Amino acid sequence: MKVWSYLLFIGLFLWSVDGRAVIETYEFASAELEARYHRLSQELRCPKCQNQNIADSNAPIARDLRVVLHEQLESGASDDEILAFMVARYGEFVRYRPDVDRNTIWLWTAPVLLLGLGVVALGWHLRARRSGGQSPLTPAEQARVEALLKGSRN
Amino acid sequence: MRVSRFLPLLAFSMLAALLYKGLSIDPTELPAARLGQPFPEFIKIDLKSGREITTDAMMRRPALVNVWATWCYSCRLEHPYLLRLAQQGVPIYGLNYKDDPDKALGWLEQLGDPYQLNIVDIEGSLGLDLGVYGAPETYVIGADGRILHRHVGVLDETVFSRDFSRWFPNKASVSGGAIDEGSG
Repeated sequence: MKVWSYLLFIGLFLWSVDGRAVIETYEFASAELEARYHRLSQELRCPKCQNQNIADSNAPIARDLRVVLHEQLESGASDDEILAFMVARYGEFVRYRPDVDRNTIWLWTAPVLLLGLGVVALGWHLRARRSGGQSPLTPAEQARVEALLKGSRN
Repeated sequence: MRVSRFLPLLAFSMLAALLYKGLSIDPTELPAARLGQPFPEFIKIDLKSGREITTDAMMRRPALVNVWATWCYSCRLEHPYLLRLAQQGVPIYGLNYKDDPDKALGWLEQLGDPYQLNIVDIEGSLGLDLGVYGAPETYVIGADGRILHRHVGVLDETVFSRDFSRWFPNKASVSGGAIDEGSG
């Protein structure tokens, strides 16, 4: 009896489906095309509801772009051709991995630059701390230290 | 050694300046990828006449192309101003975007028709070629058929005098100084 209720409990979980993505069915000529569709639809950004890719977005424009993506894949367009088509219409904005150009150079290099800057700052800090213990005294301070030491010895 | 003490403050100021500038940027405003390029080729139906029209139907002088639809609430807000612009001699072409032609005809009958013609784009393919991502959008096309400017959102007097009036100098004189344009 207990076993059956456990099985039912587990069985109910098997019913649950991942409902996050937009539910749409497209027929693909091959599994490879389908894989490319999923990859590209996740890499293309929805122009209307920004910060969502076109795979996740319910906006009409995202649906239109998915239709176009499917059509172009089926008609044999390469990934580069499809991305060029989208960029010609919606700008570099539609790509989550934009090309390196004058505008995006900082986007691409910032992580490396900031990491380098961090390493330099850390090195600087560590070196300063290592030599910091023996900071040179001025002659007056030196004299005072010696006077104090002499005094304590007596 | 002295200078390095101010480095964190300097870094903070730069970051603050960067973020402050970010506050004044509207992230929903996309760069128009089609600026300077010819208006995309199309073969579509004109809404009122039912005739087939192509890119050639809308050339030879600077004009507006207004993307609109009956499902678009902001288009209704914008409509009276479009009627005024048309009265003042600004040629406006409509791009009826992903709409029901019957509803669109009803809209024009009820609210007035500022358009020289209306491209029926039921499936939104011309809109896609233009890079439209919502209605209303208004484009300026030059006498040579190139796209000179794009405005996303409601077009009104302020926007027109700021961004559009340089292509329509005659309109400014017709408007009769309803707004002061000399201040810019």
